Amino acid sequence: MRKIYGGTGALVAAAMFAAANPAFAQSKTITLCWAAWDPANALVELSKDFTAKSGVQMKFEFVPWPNFADRMLNELNSKGKLCDLMIGDSQWIGGSAENGHYVKLNDFFDKNGIKMSDFAPATVYAYSTWPKGSPNYWALPAMGDANGWVYRKDWFAKPELQAEFKKKHNRDLAAPKTWKELKEVAEFFQGRTIDGKKVYGAAIFTERGSEGITMGATSALYSWGFKYDDPKKPYSMEGFVNSKDAAEGLEFYKALYKCCTPPGYTNAYMQEGLDAFKSGQVAMMMNWFAFFPGLYKDEKVGGERIGFFVNPGQKVEASTLGGQGISVVSYSPNKDAALQYIKWFAQPDIQKKWWALGGYSCHKSVLGDPGFAKTAPFAADFLKAMNGVQDFWQEPAYAQLLQAMQKRLHDYVVADKGTAKEALDALIKDWQKVFKEEGKLK
Amino acid sequence: MQPAAKSSFAERAATATPEPLARAVRGLSDRAIAWLFISPTMALLLAINIFPLIWTIRLSFTNYRANRPNAEVVGVGIDHFADILTDPDVWASMQATAHFVFWTILLQTLLGFALAWFVDRRFRGHGFWTTAILIPMMLSPAVVGNFWAFLYQPQIGLFNYVVSFFTGLDPSSFEMIGSVKLAPWAIVLVDTWMWTPYVMLICLAGLRSIPDYIYEAAEVDRASKWRQFWTITLPMALPFIMLAVLFRGIENFKMFDLVNLLTNGGPGSTTEVASITLKREAFEKWRTGYSSAFAIILFVTVFGLANIYVKALNRVKSR
Repeated sequence: MRKIYGGTGALVAAAMFAAANPAFAQSKTITLCWAAWDPANALVELSKDFTAKSGVQMKFEFVPWPNFADRMLNELNSKGKLCDLMIGDSQWIGGSAENGHYVKLNDFFDKNGIKMSDFAPATVYAYSTWPKGSPNYWALPAMGDANGWVYRKDWFAKPELQAEFKKKHNRDLAAPKTWKELKEVAEFFQGRTIDGKKVYGAAIFTERGSEGITMGATSALYSWGFKYDDPKKPYSMEGFVNSKDAAEGLEFYKALYKCCTPPGYTNAYMQEGLDAFKSGQVAMMMNWFAFFPGLYKDEKVGGERIGFFVNPGQKVEASTLGGQGISVVSYSPNKDAALQYIKWFAQPDIQKKWWALGGYSCHKSVLGDPGFAKTAPFAADFLKAMNGVQDFWQEPAYAQLLQAMQKRLHDYVVADKGTAKEALDALIKDWQKVFKEEGKLK
Repeated sequence: MQPAAKSSFAERAATATPEPLARAVRGLSDRAIAWLFISPTMALLLAINIFPLIWTIRLSFTNYRANRPNAEVVGVGIDHFADILTDPDVWASMQATAHFVFWTILLQTLLGFALAWFVDRRFRGHGFWTTAILIPMMLSPAVVGNFWAFLYQPQIGLFNYVVSFFTGLDPSSFEMIGSVKLAPWAIVLVDTWMWTPYVMLICLAGLRSIPDYIYEAAEVDRASKWRQFWTITLPMALPFIMLAVLFRGIENFKMFDLVNLLTNGGPGSTTEVASITLKREAFEKWRTGYSSAFAIILFVTVFGLANIYVKALNRVKSR
C-alpha cells in the first residue's frame, strides 16, 4: 500500500514539475491536417521555427488530394480529435462554420492584433469569411492559390516551330493570352514529334470523382463570363449559369479536351497533369500555382526550360481560386497551442519565409513588396491571377453542389452526353433542388 | 479406451468449474443453457446487423445528414423513396448495374462451367492448371482494380498493345476505361477474369458429385456423349450452377471496389452502378436520410430477387 502511495506521489510531483518547467512544454504536440502536396513539405520546414520558439512539437497529417475532402470532412463530421489545426479547402468554410467545426477567430484576432486588412482582400473573402464577405472570420488566409498554366518554353523557342507557327497563325509562338490562342497552340503541338517523341497539346483537368473537371472547366467558364447567380438576386441562376456565353465556354472546354489532350486523359487531375508534363508528353499544363515552385526547381524539366502564364482571358480576365485558410478545429483538446501557431504564422517575417520556402503567402507585406513580382518567374502571374479569382459555392451544401457539377460536366465533356446548354440547364435544376432542400429557394 | 478418456475429461471439466457457477448451471434446463450459449452471438448480431438495419430504416424517413450533427432532424415521410424511384439518374445507375450483373453472370457461368468440365477431365497436369486458374480470385480486388487500370492505359497498357498486335490498330486509338462504349465492357471483362474461377470451383464440385455409375449405365444404354451431357451432367450439376449464379448475382449487384478503382463510375455516369451512386449520396453529398432510403431499396431488391431465386433453386434440387 505504501508503495502505491509512493508511486502516486511521484506521478503528482512529476506532473507539477511539468507544469512549472517550460522545458516540459516540449512534450506538447499539435497536429496540423492538410493535403499531401509540395506546399505541405514547405510548411513542415517552416514549422520548425514555431517548435523552436514555442517548444510545441508539430505533427502533420497529410492526405493525398483525391481523398483529402472525404478523409478530413469525415474527421470533422465525427468530431474527431485528430486535427488541432486544419488547412481546409475554401469551399468548406460555410459548412464548417455553420456546423461548429471551426473556432471563430474574431476575438482572438482582436486580442492579438492580427488584422485581416493585412491580407489580400480576395483571400480574406474566400478563405476566412462566413457568411461571405461578413466580418466573421473562421480562418487565417494561409495558402493563396489559383489555377494557372505552365508551358515548355524550350519547345516554343525552337526556330523551326516558331517559323511554322508564324506562317500558320501570323503571330509568334508564345504563351497564349486568350483561350482561343491557347487552343491554336495546343492544336499545333498535338501529335507532333519533338526530340523523337510524340507529344500532345495540353493537360487539363477532367477528373470525375472529387472536384477536377469543375476546377478545370470553370477556368474556361469564368473567362467567358459565367456567374453562379444573379448578383442582385442571390440563388437566382437562370440566365447566369446557363447563359449563352457560359454554354460557349463549356463547348470550348470540351473542344479543347477533344482536340488536344493525350490519349486516355478521361479522368485526370493535378497529379496526372504533373506526370504528363514532367514526362514530356504535353506542351502546356493547367495546374495550381502551388506546384510551380516545385516544377521550377525540378532538375529534369524545370528551370529555364519552362515558362508560366496566368489563366487566359476570353471575354473577361478570371482564374479559378484554389488555396486554403488555416483554422482551429473546435474539437481539439489543444486549442491554445493551435491558436499560438496561428499567431506565429500571421507574423510578416514568417509570411516572407513561407513564400521563400515555396508556400504562397496572402500577406500584403509579401504580395505588396515592390520586388515581389521578380522573386520568382511565376510571381507576377500569381499576383495577376489573385486579382481575378472566382470560387465555387462555399455554401454548407457545397459538396452536393460540387457533385452535381462534376456529374453534369463529365457527362457532357467526356461522355458526350447532350449539349453544353442542356448540361448547364440540368445543373441549374440540380442546384435549385439543393437550395430548396436548404430552404434558400422556395 | 475412448469413452474412459471422454469421461475423465468430463470429470476434469466438472471439477474445474467453480462451485458457485456449477450450482447455478445445475439448476438450468437444457433450453436455458442453449440460450446462455447463443446469447453472446445473438447480442452481437443484434448490435452489428439488426440495430443498424432498424436505424437505417428510421433514418430513411428523415432529412438527417451526418455532416450536420447540430441540425434539426425532421421527418420527411416517404419523400426520399418517391424521389429515388422517380429520379432518372437513379434509374440510369440501375440500368448500368443490370448490364453489369447480366453480362458478368452470363460470361462467368458459361466460362466457369466450361473450365470446370475441362478440369474434370483429369488430364495430365490438371492439378497445376486448376491452381493457375484459381489465382485471380485469390487476389485482392484493390490490387486487381489498380492492376487492370494500368493494363488498360492506352499509351503504355499491355491490353491495348495486345489488341493492337492482333488487329493492327494503333494502341492509343482506343480507350477501354475512357470510352462510353467500351467502359461498361471493360469492367465486365475484369470481373469475369477475376471471378470465373470461383464459378468454376463450384461447378467442379457439382461435376465431381455425379456418381460414375450413372455414366456407366448410360454407356451400357449406348447413350452418346452429347446425350449424357444434356441428360446427366447438366441436370445434376444444375443446382450447383444455380448456387454459383446466386452468389455472383448478389455480389455483383452490390459491386463497388472494382468499378470504383477502374472507372469511378465514369466516363460521365456510364459505369455508375448503384453502389457508386449510393456511396456518392452517402459520403460525398452527405444525404444520409436519402442514402438510407436508397440502401433499403437496394436491400429489398436483392433480398426479394434472392428469395425468388432460392425457391427456384429448391425446386430444381427436389427434382
